[in-house]
Amino acid sequence: MKIAVCVSHVPDTATKIKIGEEGKSIDPTDVTYILNPYDEFAIEEALKAKEKTDGEVVAISLGGESNKESIRKALAMGVDSGVLLKDDKERDSVSLAKALAEEIKAQNAELVFFGKQAVDYDNSITGQLTAELLGYNCVSVVVGFNLDGNKITAEREIEGGKEIVEASLPAVITAQKGLNEPRYASLKGIMAAKRKTIEEKDAASFDNNVEILQMKKPQGKQAGKIIGSDASAVPELVRLLKEEAKVI
Amino acid sequence: MPNKILVVLEQRDNKLKKISFEISKAASELAGKLGVETEAVIVGNEIDDLTKIGNYGINKVTILKNAELVNYSASAYTQVISDFAKAADSDIVLIGNTALGKDLAPRLCIKLDAGIAMDCVELNVSENEIIATRPIYAGKALVDVKINSEKKIFVLRPNVFNAGEPSQAEAEVVENTVESPNLSTRVIETKKSEGKLDVAEASIIVSGGRGLKEPDNFKMIEELADTLGAAVGASRAVVDAGWRPHSEQVGQTGKTVSPNLYVAVGISGAIQHLAGMRSSKFIVAINKDADAPIFQVADYGITGDLFEVVPALVEELKK
Repeated sequence: MKIAVCVSHVPDTATKIKIGEEGKSIDPTDVTYILNPYDEFAIEEALKAKEKTDGEVVAISLGGESNKESIRKALAMGVDSGVLLKDDKERDSVSLAKALAEEIKAQNAELVFFGKQAVDYDNSITGQLTAELLGYNCVSVVVGFNLDGNKITAEREIEGGKEIVEASLPAVITAQKGLNEPRYASLKGIMAAKRKTIEEKDAASFDNNVEILQMKKPQGKQAGKIIGSDASAVPELVRLLKEEAKVI
Repeated sequence: MPNKILVVLEQRDNKLKKISFEISKAASELAGKLGVETEAVIVGNEIDDLTKIGNYGINKVTILKNAELVNYSASAYTQVISDFAKAADSDIVLIGNTALGKDLAPRLCIKLDAGIAMDCVELNVSENEIIATRPIYAGKALVDVKINSEKKIFVLRPNVFNAGEPSQAEAEVVENTVESPNLSTRVIETKKSEGKLDVAEASIIVSGGRGLKEPDNFKMIEELADTLGAAVGASRAVVDAGWRPHSEQVGQTGKTVSPNLYVAVGISGAIQHLAGMRSSKFIVAINKDADAPIFQVADYGITGDLFEVVPALVEELKK
């Protein structure tokens, strides 16, 4: 079976975000880019499905030349091949999903994994959009997954619990932290990754529906009062919460 | 020119969720500014007190009814709500940024050929256009966005839009029975974490970090949370160490939260954590280290030993 995993290349979560001069995107100076953290769970689950079905996994990423670093990481973990959909423009989620859906269709992949959200724009919808465009079933924010022939059973995280969802292939799964323990790339894997191919092609172009008017920093929260340095400050804290903040 | 706003309500166990009131109020305010109609839709079977949605400015609500649709089914909900939105000719859809909304909204977006703005924390109207503000990088920055397609979907973060005081108005309820829904994805079971509030929905959160020293000491956090009627949260460090489940993690690879009160206990305040909770309305920090970054965002701080302060706080609150 052909399995696809879509990966994004995002600023490290420890990055301090600076707004660029034009005020519509971040200043990329000194920013370290990494494989999106949730995509590691997606890659691991794709590899498990590959092992179970004797299948083949392709990693797909849309973006610039540097996205190859994240594709390479997927290859080092055990993914068979990579595709870079080259693009240097900002895209909204729908435009991104349309380009990914075209490639997934061309790859004839029946099972597709995404991270549940990219930690840059935090939209958390690319997987669902792509599934809907392809007419695939989809379960998002998945913390447990089982593939049995054509049938999938997935545990999906909801507020205060989990839903157990049943569907059949073809399907898209978006991975939440906790789904599995992603494997480390072995030295052998890293060496092997260098010989694997990353196919490059221009990403299909689509109009954006969502326009960024401006990017800004949140209003700085002022450091408040230090009420005390031991338990004797507790009655004053409770009084402030009741009378000043009025939150309890 | 927009013509109509459709509000997609959410129920759990046949009860309207709080987010339903918040988005209804937001919709009725927007409708006033844009001079357009608004109505609501909900999927389920029997829903308690549905007329009460009128208290938040919605005059008419349609229930798309089928006993098999009490639980969420992505395929069926997408089908019946997108059909309804098309028939109602609504060009603006409002929905909550909940587990259900995040799953459903993007599917509606494709079905309706709409543009979509997720996790909105502010909606303003300028020259008859809706400008949405949404956090990115887990709140380290914000963007103002405009949707240029004819159909627009705005997905609103819970606990941010104020539902206000309910009025006495009641909504007209229309029942539409759904025949043979598409159940190609269906929920076969819902497992609840018994009696536990979720950080994504709670108005008070008590979070613990490394300063608690060992997993067993989280009992103190649970006790404080119980006393306050709060949800328990955790820093990434203690989740990665396996002390607490990921569902409790607050921060950039966990949940971004905006409760009325956030109590950080033994949390130093790594940049990823601050990003996830800095939009809380009030923040209390309890930490021995007076230089911890958490104090830079805290409204009230106690720079003391949490093992003394937390039990004293529980006792004081119980008085």
